[in-house]
Amino acid sequence: MSTQTDVRLQLPSNPLFLSGAREMVYQFASRSGFSDEACGQLALAVDEALCNVMRHGYGKAPDRPIWISLAFVGGVATPETQHQNPTEALRIVIEDEARQVEPSTIKSRDLDEIRPGGLGVHIITEVMDEVRWEKRPNSDVGMRLTMVKKRTPAAAAS
Amino acid sequence: MADNVLGPLSVSSRIVNDVVVITPSGDIDLSGSPLLRQELKKGQGKKIVVDLAGVPYMDSSGLATLVEAMQASRRGSGQLVLCNLSERVRSIFAIAKLETVFKLAATLDDAMAK
Repeated sequence: MSTQTDVRLQLPSNPLFLSGAREMVYQFASRSGFSDEACGQLALAVDEALCNVMRHGYGKAPDRPIWISLAFVGGVATPETQHQNPTEALRIVIEDEARQVEPSTIKSRDLDEIRPGGLGVHIITEVMDEVRWEKRPNSDVGMRLTMVKKRTPAAAAS
Repeated sequence: MADNVLGPLSVSSRIVNDVVVITPSGDIDLSGSPLLRQELKKGQGKKIVVDLAGVPYMDSSGLATLVEAMQASRRGSGQLVLCNLSERVRSIFAIAKLETVFKLAATLDDAMAK
């Protein structure tokens, strides 16, 4: 798989920067050939991931660093495309310096229970094709979230 | 009419025939949802209509704020109706499986009549 990091951005853990981050992701995805709907979903997933870091990772401290990396990658094989041209995808990596938690404890809640909050992880896993939380390697602080959305025919701009 | 502005979201509210009509304008995200929550609390115990015509985007913090207000209205004698949802905003209600939990109306007139 060929990989090239195209954008890496650092922003503070202040919710006022969410709209700018969404706009950047939307524009990057649009230029990578994703449909309007898919661009919106990618921006939403990043928003939810950043909110989780701001609220749970940094406990609402507004001045801690968060890094977003965006890369358009080629050659992601899927069962549907393995005998054709490999599917291309957008890979988004979000990293922080918050306290580390066991990735297995990050999970969606039961949606049958109607209550405020706890929807972010569900939304991220619902709109992205691959989602992986891990502790940042070679560090005793910080988490890394890697999200991939494939540019399948359904997610591509017509 | 009361106007509150904080960050990219502004929220106005007015009373029409004893119904509190709340009109947010801008994205409802983690930076804006506290302002919406503040306005919703002022209408507790009454019928509240939230007109989302000016809201192009909402995230889960906006959903959480509306769920909180809906539950407060159910505990009291109030009512919460949402109207004028864009396709994008409606999609997040669908992703969170909340489309059938809220009273949704196509227009402000429909919401007032509900």
